[in-house]
Amino acid sequence: MSLVEVESVPGQQPATFEIVNDFSIVAATVNGSGSQTANNVLVRAMFKMGIPVTGKNLFPSNIKGLPTWFLIRVSKDGYTARQDRAAILIAMNLSTVAEDVANLESGGVVFYPDDWRITFSREDLTYYPMPVKDALKDKDIAPRLRDYVENMAYVGAVAQILQIPLETIRDAVSYYLGGKEKAIALNMSVVDASYQWFQANVAKRDPFRVRPMNGTDGMIMIDGNSAAALGAVFGGVSVIAWYPITPSTSVVDAARDYLALLRQDKATGKATYAVVQAEDELAAIGIVFGAGWAGARSMTATSGPGLSLMAEYAGLGYAAELPGVIWDVQRVGPSTGLPTRTSQADLTFTYFLGHGDTRHVVLLPGNMEECFECGWRALDLAEQLQTPVFVLSDLDLGMNQWMSKPFEYPSEPIKRGKVYDAAALEQMKSFARYLDADGDGIGYRTLPGTDHPLAAYFTRGTGHNEYAIYSERPDDYVKNAQRLARKHETARTLVPKPVIVDAPNADAAVILYGSLDAPVREALDILRDKHDLNLGTMRVRALPFSREVFEFVSRYKKLYVIENNTEGQLAQLLRIEIPERAADLVSIAYLDGLPFTAAFVVDRILEQGAL
Amino acid sequence: MGIQKTNPLGLSKADYGGAKSTLCPGCGHNSISNQIIAAAFELGINPSHVVKMSGIGCSSKSPAYFMSRSHGFNGLHGRMPSAATGAVLANKYLKVIGVSGDGDTGSIGLGQFKHMVRRNLPIVYIIENNGVYGLTKGQFSATADMGQTIKKIGTNELPPIDLCLEALAADATLVARSFSGSSKEVTELLKVAMHHNGTAVLDIISPCVTFNNSPDSTKSFPYGKEHANPLHDITFIPLAEEIILDDYEESNGHGRSREVQLHDGTFIRLRPVAADYDPTNKIEAMRILEEAHMNQEFLTGLIFLDQSRQSMTDSLQLVDKPLALLTEAESRPSREALQNVMALL
Repeated sequence: MSLVEVESVPGQQPATFEIVNDFSIVAATVNGSGSQTANNVLVRAMFKMGIPVTGKNLFPSNIKGLPTWFLIRVSKDGYTARQDRAAILIAMNLSTVAEDVANLESGGVVFYPDDWRITFSREDLTYYPMPVKDALKDKDIAPRLRDYVENMAYVGAVAQILQIPLETIRDAVSYYLGGKEKAIALNMSVVDASYQWFQANVAKRDPFRVRPMNGTDGMIMIDGNSAAALGAVFGGVSVIAWYPITPSTSVVDAARDYLALLRQDKATGKATYAVVQAEDELAAIGIVFGAGWAGARSMTATSGPGLSLMAEYAGLGYAAELPGVIWDVQRVGPSTGLPTRTSQADLTFTYFLGHGDTRHVVLLPGNMEECFECGWRALDLAEQLQTPVFVLSDLDLGMNQWMSKPFEYPSEPIKRGKVYDAAALEQMKSFARYLDADGDGIGYRTLPGTDHPLAAYFTRGTGHNEYAIYSERPDDYVKNAQRLARKHETARTLVPKPVIVDAPNADAAVILYGSLDAPVREALDILRDKHDLNLGTMRVRALPFSREVFEFVSRYKKLYVIENNTEGQLAQLLRIEIPERAADLVSIAYLDGLPFTAAFVVDRILEQGAL
Repeated sequence: MGIQKTNPLGLSKADYGGAKSTLCPGCGHNSISNQIIAAAFELGINPSHVVKMSGIGCSSKSPAYFMSRSHGFNGLHGRMPSAATGAVLANKYLKVIGVSGDGDTGSIGLGQFKHMVRRNLPIVYIIENNGVYGLTKGQFSATADMGQTIKKIGTNELPPIDLCLEALAADATLVARSFSGSSKEVTELLKVAMHHNGTAVLDIISPCVTFNNSPDSTKSFPYGKEHANPLHDITFIPLAEEIILDDYEESNGHGRSREVQLHDGTFIRLRPVAADYDPTNKIEAMRILEEAHMNQEFLTGLIFLDQSRQSMTDSLQLVDKPLALLTEAESRPSREALQNVMALL
């Protein structure tokens, strides 16, 4: 390392002030070194102290060896967005330490292993060397576990300096190690050794500390993929087919765990569900639509490249009117892009997925509760509308640790949509699958296996008339297309409405969706409190836009459409649907793979200037 | 007018019929549709419990032309196996008749085909194999003969893919080959396939009378008529029929008849035509396919049967009730269950 000229030992004196429950920590580690447990333990321990806290993992597409960063936002005010600069660095990766130190907030803190032969040049930081190797000394640790357990040394150090009680750390260790006593004891022995050494040998010289509060009472901590899986399980999902892809894989991992727990038939021990790992995403979605067609509630989870492969079946699902739910946990594209980084760049692709005139129903959850709710509601909507329903989450929501209110049990009974059974058919003279009997564009279907001579119909991606008979007649084509358009209008009335906060007397407003909820919410507070700027907000939660979206746009002179992609995709869609306001829909779009910060949003809005 | 014959369900053969075919007159696929109708009628299969799945191509149009009382699904080119898999998962009691072609299975759908076989999805998977793309007017398919010349298209320089060998390589549990002109054999093989608990691959040479029917093509009618060489004379014996043990003694100088019992108790009887052939020996199955290819022979019959592998639905340990018919109480865990999960987070 050559960053340094002077060996400096700043922060010799105790700090004269305190910064409590309001800072960010970054743990810079080597991928595959098992730091995830250590980081999660810190997050959970503070969460259990009642302190609002969020954990974000910035990881590489790699199994072992590349740098990875874990960001912990501690915020007494409950803010959960990423901050550009952390105050505290846990430096465990020599190859990135120069950059990591350079990025720290002034007045910050650096923890680092005391066996690094390194000197630091910044004099505005406090440095705490950690006796990592000593903490492991004399302990009976299998060589293959040493790297993993080593991370527990920084847990002990940070806990002591920030004043997190050891007992709280122990509970968190136990939580992540599934209560396995031997593993807990091993990990805690390292935490203890490090904690005790700091207590005995280090005088605290920095202002940062945590203090118990009641900011997380009754809250849970979860990631969006687990929330999605849980929602689907409580939505009665019965068939899941998938192909592994980051960052969506843990949706199905979690679903499998919850299904095994909650969906075994008690009497027989048999499964009321099937989970199939398909040969690719195209087969996965084929299985989903086959199951949906035959009457099972079905879903898949994927990310951008998988969605590309699914385009073929998405068109069939739209044309043949097949229910099925597709979760896209978005990562950065195009192509393989940045596989382990977050984005919101699949919006327009998903909305129009498929050749020909195709428009889909797309749900846009913005927090953990909504991931859960979309989990079950998407299954309802797919069967109600007899069409594919896409849910666009992203890596930030899906794979990071978020506080949330506990999930509410589905507020409505399961909706299976319009289905004729044998008894209904018995009252009928004929059955026309695609007849718009109710004027909402949605026909009645029958499930294969229905024991009635009228039940059968022929599902096809080819042109067809109301009786599902092959047709190339222009009038049949137009009639069908018009009905599908009516169905899309019906979808507007059924999808989740936007979350709107109007600002009285404000001329401008912000429009956003998905995971930008966290940074934008914080940014709006800053704009109000520090810049005296009040803005209305609308968080869009679905495509197609519902009536409320149009009404909101009509109430403001200027609308900043903020999104985590390069092209401004939501702005594009709004301009298509509200062309007369195109000039007033100002796109603030940016994508670099990192979750947005509030500071970025504030700057970009301020630079728009006065109206 | 005589009294119409009905099967045990009280259905006539007409109840198994479909829409009028729009394929070319004389197309082998139409014969196969009729053979499906005959097999389902004779077995007394409830058409409401059958689903007809297909991909894209001439073959894949044909499900419209048989069994109108069964749900049909004419999906994507080469992607029928995945949709069929989903349908079976939703309702494991559905009897799936999949109809595909050599382009649909051997080219664009080879991946899904092999993975379906590997999973042993319960399905009757029929390949109506004519070596040519009909709807796009006569291009070679992956099963076309090497060295074959078609006017306007040229000469095929590539070796054919043998879909029976592909199926065997993917651990298929039932593999058969036949000729659409061999009505009795196809019908009996269909009956066997309909009673097989797993993927039954039937590679049926089904001549394209418009684009590939010259006598030197191995996919032509004249060739099939002349060269179809049955491994055995196959008969499906339903449960209702008593097996007459005397038949065991019958011999034609090529060994005794074999009787193979299927899982559901029905039997297949195989009478040797030439040399005795054991369809439960996989090495033998691969050998005769390779030999037939080298010797330019057209072997037909039940090439391989393995009843030891579990079907996909069996291995998933699904509840008795079709997943499609689960009630809210059976598919949505309780309020308490959610509270318990929340308490752990």
